[in-house]
Amino acid sequence: MTYINKLVDRVEFGLLSPDDVRKISVTRIVTADTYDEDGYPIERGLMDPRLGIVDPGLRCRTCGARTRGCSGHFGHVELARPVIHVGYVDVIYDCLRATCRKCGRICLSEQKLEGYCKQVSEMAAAGRGWWALADEIVKSAATVEKCPSCGEKQQKIKFEKPTTFVEGKNRLTPSDVRERLERITNEDAQLLGINPKIARPEWMVLTALPVPPVTVRPSITLESGVRSEDDLTHKLVDIIRINQRLAENIEAGAPHLIIEDLWELLQYHVITYFTNEVSGVPPARHRSGRVLRTLAQRLKGKEGRFRGNLSGKRVDFSARTVISPDPCISINEVGVPEYVARTLTVPVRATSHNVEELRDFVRRGPDVHPGANCIISSEGKRFDLRYADREELAKVLEPGFTVERHLMDDDIVLFNRQPSLHRMSIMAHEVRVMPGRTFRLNLCVCPPYNADFDGDEMNLHVPQSEEAQVEARILMKVQEQILSPRFGGPIIGGIQEHITGAFLLTRKGALFTREQAQQLIAAAGSVKSLPKPAVREAGEEYWTGKQIFSMFLPEGLNLTYKAKICENCARCKGEECDIDAYVVIRDGQLLHGVIDARAYKALDWCEVLDRIVKDYGTDAAREFLDRVTRLSIAVATMFGFTTSIDDEDIPDEAKERIAEVLDGASDEVKKLIDVYNRGELEPLPGRSLRETLEMRIMEVLAESRDRAGEIAEKYLGLDNNAVIMARTGARGSMLNLTQMAACVGQQSVRGERLSRGYKGRTLPHFESGDLGAEARGFVHSSYKRGLKPLEFFFHAMGGREGLVDTAVRTAQSGYMQRRLINALQDLRVGYDGTVRDDRGMIIQFVYGEDQVDPARSDNGKAVNVEKIIKRVVGAE
Amino acid sequence: MVGVSPETIKGEIDGLRGTLPESVLKELEGSLLRVSKEKAITRKQLDDVFGIVKQAYINAVVEPGEAVGTIAAQSVGEPGTQMTLRTFHYAGVAELNVTLGLPRLIEIIDARRTPSTSLMTIYLAGKLAKDKNRARVFAQEIEATTVEDIASQTEMDLINMEFVVTLDRSRMQQKELAPARVASVVREVLKVEASVDGNKLRVKPGTQTLSELRRVAMRVKGVSLRGIKGINRVVVKMEGDEYVVYTEGSNFAETLALPGVDQTRTVTNNINEIEEVLGIEAARNAIINEAVKTLEEQGLDVDVRHIMLISDMMTHDGKVKQAGRHGVSGEKASVLARASFEVTTKHLLDACIRGEVDKLDGIIENVIAGQPIPLGTGSVELVMRRGEKGGRG
Repeated sequence: MTYINKLVDRVEFGLLSPDDVRKISVTRIVTADTYDEDGYPIERGLMDPRLGIVDPGLRCRTCGARTRGCSGHFGHVELARPVIHVGYVDVIYDCLRATCRKCGRICLSEQKLEGYCKQVSEMAAAGRGWWALADEIVKSAATVEKCPSCGEKQQKIKFEKPTTFVEGKNRLTPSDVRERLERITNEDAQLLGINPKIARPEWMVLTALPVPPVTVRPSITLESGVRSEDDLTHKLVDIIRINQRLAENIEAGAPHLIIEDLWELLQYHVITYFTNEVSGVPPARHRSGRVLRTLAQRLKGKEGRFRGNLSGKRVDFSARTVISPDPCISINEVGVPEYVARTLTVPVRATSHNVEELRDFVRRGPDVHPGANCIISSEGKRFDLRYADREELAKVLEPGFTVERHLMDDDIVLFNRQPSLHRMSIMAHEVRVMPGRTFRLNLCVCPPYNADFDGDEMNLHVPQSEEAQVEARILMKVQEQILSPRFGGPIIGGIQEHITGAFLLTRKGALFTREQAQQLIAAAGSVKSLPKPAVREAGEEYWTGKQIFSMFLPEGLNLTYKAKICENCARCKGEECDIDAYVVIRDGQLLHGVIDARAYKALDWCEVLDRIVKDYGTDAAREFLDRVTRLSIAVATMFGFTTSIDDEDIPDEAKERIAEVLDGASDEVKKLIDVYNRGELEPLPGRSLRETLEMRIMEVLAESRDRAGEIAEKYLGLDNNAVIMARTGARGSMLNLTQMAACVGQQSVRGERLSRGYKGRTLPHFESGDLGAEARGFVHSSYKRGLKPLEFFFHAMGGREGLVDTAVRTAQSGYMQRRLINALQDLRVGYDGTVRDDRGMIIQFVYGEDQVDPARSDNGKAVNVEKIIKRVVGAE
Repeated sequence: MVGVSPETIKGEIDGLRGTLPESVLKELEGSLLRVSKEKAITRKQLDDVFGIVKQAYINAVVEPGEAVGTIAAQSVGEPGTQMTLRTFHYAGVAELNVTLGLPRLIEIIDARRTPSTSLMTIYLAGKLAKDKNRARVFAQEIEATTVEDIASQTEMDLINMEFVVTLDRSRMQQKELAPARVASVVREVLKVEASVDGNKLRVKPGTQTLSELRRVAMRVKGVSLRGIKGINRVVVKMEGDEYVVYTEGSNFAETLALPGVDQTRTVTNNINEIEEVLGIEAARNAIINEAVKTLEEQGLDVDVRHIMLISDMMTHDGKVKQAGRHGVSGEKASVLARASFEVTTKHLLDACIRGEVDKLDGIIENVIAGQPIPLGTGSVELVMRRGEKGGRG
């Protein structure tokens, strides 16, 4: 357990009074210049050495610390004339409107004020936002024409953006404004939403401007040796320059007009110093024309201080590279290139038990793999092993030292792929150091990361403290994340080849010789011996695929379900199923049925895997997945599995029948259009005739496409590899296949047939107003036969919509998720089972109404009662 | 061997109330009773079942400290990437358009005042539900009809200072409206002179000025002649063994007040209306139902508990609040949490003048401060004293 010595308990917010500004200031800044000719900072200039230091090696003139220890000190500028703080113009306006121009009291009767006072203090005592009342008070006080306290007649005050106030016809200068704000009593200020313990109204008009330390606005030296100043420094130079001129002019007794102008200019510079995005104020620009990034812009937005630097921080001990697949490592593991392993380190505290071992690491040093990069003495002194006498250091090493040794096999690391949409986007893996330059991962973990290998990169982080490592191991390891908390089912499981392989293995009639069977089992990494052969023929022994698969099922597993290939016959034949889709597992033996997507595909029903995780635990599930996926791949390799264009071959008679169907549909569409043109079409209730026609045509065409597909499907049997993939749920769908073999079908944009392009037609090849199937984007051809030019164009139209849609959707759903997370992130389950937010407010008395964690539930249900009863009572 | 009687099963299950949630008990009772009919269940088996079920339940209970909020948000947000956009689909009734998919989900979470396509499903009570004709008539009656709906042409007669509406006979017949009735309604609602001349409706404003005529002309078109305001289109559908009325546009309060409406089942997809009419508890359920419906329609499997939590968060203080800047996130206790979400500078400035204090109880604040967050293992505040006698480890 690491102890946190310093804890921030709370953060208080408040305003600085001009006196505060002067008090925290180490120097008053008077000159706008930064450096003299020799490149030394000018005293009392913007780069005054007392403001802190940025260059390494120097010592701070104020506190004496070096770069690391000194975070800088504020200076200040005395403004020649007060200036309004842009951020508070609204509050100032409220204050001016609500208070008397003479006596400064809020223009409300004594009783009313007292009543409000009481309400406010009550709300403050209850810890609620007492300022919510301010709006109401301002509204009622602003309309009063005569001050009830002193009887002075009030004048309407107008606010002109950005910072001007006009009373009647007179313009109020910031000095006037400040005078008025000074008159507001503390009690009244509180009613106006200002906390008098923290802030006085007049502090919203600045007389002294704090100058942030140089560390906040470091200048950069370009390669050419030219110094380039920060945007804030530029802005401060402007302010000081104008301030100086204003002061000189006042001193010299210049005409009123000139002073006013300079004052306004000073106000402008101070506004843009705070924020450069005020409406009505032209943004301050750099000499090159670039808009300056001043204080508010630094905080705001995605790359601002808050979201960019405070909520998301850069870290050490991380690596990023391309990923590639490796079916031979466990789902729990990640292959790490040796180069990465030599750079990333894990600190190990030397004890009397491991000191010898660690000395070896130190001796090997940073260049030989299981070595070390650095050692830290008990006093905290670091020795870099790159430049040191390693033999010497190894001798010095004693218990109490810390060695930063290389990343090694079985270390725990966090692995992540962006976008991190759910918690399974960061999981803990065990390291396997490997040759090569890519991270290697097991294919089963692709679904939770949503990763593929077309150039995806992933990040790796090494937890440093023992506490973090243990937490990662117990809570974040891949095998602990098999069940998704989203729906309580497996999100890690077989994909693609794993499914086809298992299907080829377990389908009816798959027999293996001893040699083959043993090869498969070895490939799966098992050393179990084979069961009794199922078939003996001509002296040869044969094992069924089901037998081999069963060797990897845990003992005592009982399951009955329908496989993915099930055709949902009207009357289920059960175990006698023609296509072997009725799966029966008894005591860990696969008796009937084939293994396909429904058994262990990620994100599918996952009957087998689901049961194993829930009844046998995550270790058993990891073992099952590791072995079965390797087995399946071995099977697919043994049989050979490929798909090519001739998988979509259909005989000529089928092509003819498809053409017939499509022609029939075209005719029917023509008939419908005729009926429509004759005005005989019966409209659907609440639809116009045109809409009705479109709906009917779409129906007819969709049906014809389906029929064409059905015809093609008849000729595509389970002896076809493409069909195997589609039917078992490994990859692709029957729709994809029929589009390739039979007919692509209607193209659509926004759920309607294509209609845009030219006036009344999609392309100049058609007559204006042609509503026929071909003219509105129906593609007769199949992908295999190839699309006609017009069809190709229509297809591209539909395809483009899909692309645009994806782009827009990612942005929208990303923002939705950000808002959801922000609204809900503070919620947690208490020890009493309630769900509370950060205030301790109860959101739910019992989480999810039954206190069940969806990740541990049985597909959403608290307890699988049926299964338990069946198990105890026995029988069906 | 004689098994336990149904009464014992019921009695035993009653005894478990409080240790197991209601839904589990119900299922347990149902299944046990069914099985016991086919096969005798011995006393020991019964006890075994209860024991295992209890253990299974305990295993499934959430861990204290679990970040259920974040998990709920992720579970709803992550499938958002897989949802279709801009689907004006036909849900159940082909005649009506409904917003579905991601836009609808965003709408629900935004707690918009009015959904982009509001829709009511009106169930009918008693005989009305079984009689097609009577259901039709009922539907006709609630469909809003304005003067504009039955007008074939409108014009301003500047000589006579009149607004002339030419009425469409066939449409009037369809809506069962007589010209005289139209005139009388217009007279009553606008307090103007209105007379019928053939199929022309002449409306004369009270004062004979052009501006007044224009004003009247604008308002005449919108005069409601019959039906409920807001209900634009009505479709009657057979569903199961009864007729159900679907409406485009919704006016929940007035619909519920109608005789012949089954108030227990009639629903609208306008959550705001449900809140106004039935209260916050109903609104909470409406949010859950709508979100579940939207996700299910897209074929996405999301546990209800996540949606419940989001709904509870949006409604926990008695008003429906959006999960965003103008709702839950904007009203957070912590200044830093608000500032790090949206409108950063405003929150900071306001916090300064009010002298707010951030107690750093939330997540983001502690991330900002670089401290352990109060969730999961970070929520444990006990520290073991090391190196002392008696303590292990």
